[in-house]
Amino acid sequence: MNELLLEYLPILIFLGIAGGLAAAIIVASLIIAPQRPDPEKLSAYECGFEAFEDARTRFDVRFYLVAILFIIFDLEVAFLFPWAVSLGEIGVFGFWSMVVFLGILTVGFVYEWRKGALEWE
Amino acid sequence: MIIQSLAFYLFSIVAVASAVMVISARNPVHSVLFLILAFFNSAGLFVLLGAEFLAMILVVVYVGAVAVLFMFVVMMLDINFTALREGFLQYLPLGGLIGLVLLLELAVILGGWIIAPGAAERAAAPTPAIDSVNNTEALGQLIYTNYIYFFQAAGMVLLVAMIGAIVLTHRSRPGVRKQKISEQVAREDSIEMRDMPSGGGI
Amino acid sequence: MAEFWTGYAWPAIWIGLQVVAIIIPLLLCVAYLVYAERKVIAAIHLRRGPNVVGPYGLLQPIADGMKLFFKETVIPTGANRGVFIIAPVLTFTLALIAWAVIPVGDGLVIADINVGILYLFAISSLGVYGILMAGWASNSKYAFLGGLRSAAQMVSYEVSMGFIIISVLLVVGSLNLSDIVNAQRHIWFVIPLFPMAVIFFVSTLAETNRHPFDLPEAEAELVSGYNVEYSSMAFALFFLGEYANMILMSAMTTILFLGGWLPPFNVAPFTWIPGPIWFAAKIAFCLFIFLWVRATFPRYRYDQLMRLGWKVFLPISLAAVVIVGGVVLAFDIQSLVK
Repeated sequence: MNELLLEYLPILIFLGIAGGLAAAIIVASLIIAPQRPDPEKLSAYECGFEAFEDARTRFDVRFYLVAILFIIFDLEVAFLFPWAVSLGEIGVFGFWSMVVFLGILTVGFVYEWRKGALEWE
Repeated sequence: MIIQSLAFYLFSIVAVASAVMVISARNPVHSVLFLILAFFNSAGLFVLLGAEFLAMILVVVYVGAVAVLFMFVVMMLDINFTALREGFLQYLPLGGLIGLVLLLELAVILGGWIIAPGAAERAAAPTPAIDSVNNTEALGQLIYTNYIYFFQAAGMVLLVAMIGAIVLTHRSRPGVRKQKISEQVAREDSIEMRDMPSGGGI
Repeated sequence: MAEFWTGYAWPAIWIGLQVVAIIIPLLLCVAYLVYAERKVIAAIHLRRGPNVVGPYGLLQPIADGMKLFFKETVIPTGANRGVFIIAPVLTFTLALIAWAVIPVGDGLVIADINVGILYLFAISSLGVYGILMAGWASNSKYAFLGGLRSAAQMVSYEVSMGFIIISVLLVVGSLNLSDIVNAQRHIWFVIPLFPMAVIFFVSTLAETNRHPFDLPEAEAELVSGYNVEYSSMAFALFFLGEYANMILMSAMTTILFLGGWLPPFNVAPFTWIPGPIWFAAKIAFCLFIFLWVRATFPRYRYDQLMRLGWKVFLPISLAAVVIVGGVVLAFDIQSLVK
């Protein structure tokens, strides 16, 4: 097994131990603590009222817009990681290459700002 | 070596199984959760191949961003699932065709790799030696200089995506009152600073 | 058989021990962070805080934990049982596994991977799932709204966090966390990158859903947000995960800006104190600011929160990336730091 993978092995073991611990805590509590469910106790909490309807309803489209914009900026960050690491080798050309890339996206950012897509009311 | 192959089989079996669950689960939220599991295991496979940067980016971008959007859409849009299932047979030929095209493309790539193993290397820019730089730096040294046109094209695609999303979803609503911070701060007469003696009132 | 023991079993046990050696102190820290929070806020409010259970109330977190452990786990009828139980397990697990790559001292790290900071960024971007799953699975309006708000908020602030991490990486030229700390031998990055350090810290407040950005659980309007339907240990796991995330974010701030395990000055009395103690002290300092902020500031309104994230932090951090990049290139700082 090469060295790179050896560095990742502890993460796998860590994942196993942490996940096992979390599951064990819940299961132990389920077994040890007394469980006496009744319909009133198990109804959804709504400040004492009976729940009127199913809670999963439609909501404002803005939340989707935030998610889409997040994907785009997240990709931008993903492109920046290798750039930041290798800026010394790729020099001035690489730097301006990224500035143009960021410039293109800034156009989009200015557009959404002017359109009011970032406004919440 | 044994651990490596065990890990490979673990990741690939879970990835394939969860991919099957993605299309067969009844509840679409479960589908998205299985999709996330599949992404995770693919990231594990990337690590096994030594592509650690790609593995992490897969988690950051696909699990951390794209799947969040999917989750939003399936969790919170009131989709009528029975109506969705009715269209299944209707779209089966089209879906099957697309699947077939994808399969053929995969076959062409695999076939090319078997017939002419050197072709890919000749078409691509020479990668930096793997023992001198790590994988992130190697990517960095190529993307921004050798592949600058592709890189800028990616930027254009993102721009189109951004503008498209706004055009499709943004509606300006009349009659909403917004907080205008600059006006609020610039307003002079409403704010007054006073020194108060302790124990006294205004 | 002998090969099995020397080749696989002992290394695995050794790694397992290392993992346990991280998890147990971490969980103790989490428990006492809750205690510290109540004491610090009490002190700011001129109250006493917990002082009944044990001397100075020191056994309070243990009593709270025991109480939660012996409570009934209520799963609402309308809930999606599987997802409902997995959500807290996921939150707790994610808060723990990030510690696999955190260097607590010079060379004291479990997994010294090349892409450490990217790993942390990936793990913190997954935190949103626990909350989203809990909010959806509970099938309760408060939980749903809390989960939704929280997801949009965490996602918004993650962008500026990403850009600020990039501006640090530009100076260091490596994604390895030990390299990032070692690059701060001469000067901690909090001084040259001061505005970014502040933005990063405020973003971590939003990322962990802490005051003044605790809208997901705003007691006054959403009663407790995404975890309103949870009880017993399922609730406790959310709670522990949230506080473990606070510690993790403080550790990230420490590594990126406060010089990790390095002493403030590289001279005699400071260098006597070992690295891990410096590291812990800096984390404690960041955590104190978390608590201080909670006791001091009123809550943001949701539109203000989004405005701050997208219209203030994002442009500033984007500009910072370009400016820092230009400076790094002009003075060849990456090779200076190495």
